[in-house]
Amino acid sequence: MTTLSTPTPPPGSTNHASKSAPVGGSSRRGTRGPARRRGNTRFVLACLLPALVLFAVFMVVPTMNVFRMSFYTWSGFSPDKRFVGLDNFSRLLDDEQFVRAFQNTVALLVVVTVVTMGMGLFLAAIMTRQRLRGRNLYRFILYIPNVLSVVVIAAVFSAVYDQENGLLNSTLRLLSLDGLQQVWLGDQKLVVYSVAIAMVWQSLGYYMVLYMASMSSIPEELYEASALDGASAARQFFAITLPLIWQNLRTTLTFFIMSAVNLSFVLVRAMTGGGPDGSSEVLLSYMYKQAYTNSSYGYGMAIGVVIFAFSFLVSLLVSRATRREPLQF
Amino acid sequence: MTTIKSSSRPRRGRALTYALVIALALAIAVPVAWVLLASLKQKSEFFGSPWTLPKGLHSANYVHAFVDAHMGQYFLTSVFVTVLGLVLVLAVSVPAAYVIARYEFRGRRVVETALLAGLFVNVNYIVVPIFLMLVDWDRALIDVFPGGFFIDNPSVLSLVYAATSIPFTIYLLTAYFRSIPVEYEEAAAIDGASRFRIMTQVMLPMARPAVTTVILFNFLAYWNDFIIALTLLPGEGKTLQVGLLNLFTAQKAAADYGRLYAGMVIVIVPVLILYAVIQRRLIEGMASGGVKG
Repeated sequence: MTTLSTPTPPPGSTNHASKSAPVGGSSRRGTRGPARRRGNTRFVLACLLPALVLFAVFMVVPTMNVFRMSFYTWSGFSPDKRFVGLDNFSRLLDDEQFVRAFQNTVALLVVVTVVTMGMGLFLAAIMTRQRLRGRNLYRFILYIPNVLSVVVIAAVFSAVYDQENGLLNSTLRLLSLDGLQQVWLGDQKLVVYSVAIAMVWQSLGYYMVLYMASMSSIPEELYEASALDGASAARQFFAITLPLIWQNLRTTLTFFIMSAVNLSFVLVRAMTGGGPDGSSEVLLSYMYKQAYTNSSYGYGMAIGVVIFAFSFLVSLLVSRATRREPLQF
Repeated sequence: MTTIKSSSRPRRGRALTYALVIALALAIAVPVAWVLLASLKQKSEFFGSPWTLPKGLHSANYVHAFVDAHMGQYFLTSVFVTVLGLVLVLAVSVPAAYVIARYEFRGRRVVETALLAGLFVNVNYIVVPIFLMLVDWDRALIDVFPGGFFIDNPSVLSLVYAATSIPFTIYLLTAYFRSIPVEYEEAAAIDGASRFRIMTQVMLPMARPAVTTVILFNFLAYWNDFIIALTLLPGEGKTLQVGLLNLFTAQKAAADYGRLYAGMVIVIVPVLILYAVIQRRLIEGMASGGVKG
């Protein structure tokens, strides 16, 4: 998912547009006859209904079904549907695969978030502050993974990680560092980190570009003034840059975590299939496997409920933990 | 930039910065470029060092990918699904966003909140319930469509893409519509333009930057998706990404690298060309939210 941002208004537009425009807005309603008002209602409905119907049918109903079906055992196809209360959830606690998927998800979220956000901020800061030559080219290249599909990324990384002819291992051989060669996707302990690297590779450029944009809107005078006071680049970063983009950072962080939950699934599905032996399974991939491949639909949906609750809690936690007084410049 | 350029410390820092940024750019460019080159290699060339250049232009891989692996056909399916999805999402989202931004009506707050909550529901969370719902509908309509209608139907896939990107699309468009001054609509209303005309001929052209942004992001989402396509099109008609995934899985078993890399090039190159053409728009679109978003 993309991080949300509001586009800037067209040049020359003043930002005073109120929510109730005179066209059909409440201010004029009184002066026009009831016929006109009914026309308004009809126009509003005609504009709104198609979107709302689609939204309700393909998003609201399926989401409610996730919660409802988590209380049933059902294969998904047979008419045999049985209410079992919280059984699915108590089974989850004894399910080693599920526990491992949960651990992997948490580990990936922590590692990938810290590395991507940290590197993204750092790179954005040096790219904006140091005005590197050719920075448009670097920006162009670093953003490329974001337009590639996950299947492509999975295939690229299988070429990198391949045990025999992979780019990584053969480079290590060329450098006579044979001892460092690994079975990157076949080692149960290593595979999660191999996935993590691919995730960072995919999302780093996107966040760098995002932060570059918000950093470039910080007025230059602030840096000039602090440079006169003898502040180092590092001090400038922590005292000026970071506080001023904090609100933006908060929003992107919340959305990053949510999209990382999703990206980990898509990548694992394409790259390792959860293997070897379930060691790279994440919550969503395990849910998909149970609900779709394994026909334990109710059980899968219980995992779905856990995912909803988990991502909601994490977002809430992150948003609470990062709350600061907004700064303006 | 006003650092003191004469001292040696900043200069060393600058060199380090260059080294770091170049290393990262290489880490991204090299694997991608390698795939492009490897697609021209013959089967025998894949055993041995991967760092050799292809011996010649071995285009047979592409013939294999396009014809034997049906990538050409999947390409057309993907184009169809993506374009139809974009048309659908714009057709329903533009009017809805406009009305939410400009009209006062009962329940507007509820609608806005529901759509905002929808931003937090990723499609992949609900793909299996959607699949089973469509299976259900097929079963209900078995007399009318014995072969099924909803599953394995590219148009339905487009519809699901469009429906699930409504919250994001409306969110962006509403914000933009609100930032446009109302004077334009007032003037048009005084000239006697109908509500519909004001929306389509006054506001829509003014919202072009936001519409472009929405098209770009939705294009990437639809074109690059494989989970939903994999689930909703289990039959013969596949999208490009699912076709590539099959090639990828087959390669693991049969070590048929050439075909896989040719398939990857078919998938990557159109997107890369598009990206090169519109990169400024794309980056502006995502970036313009800025600090004050």
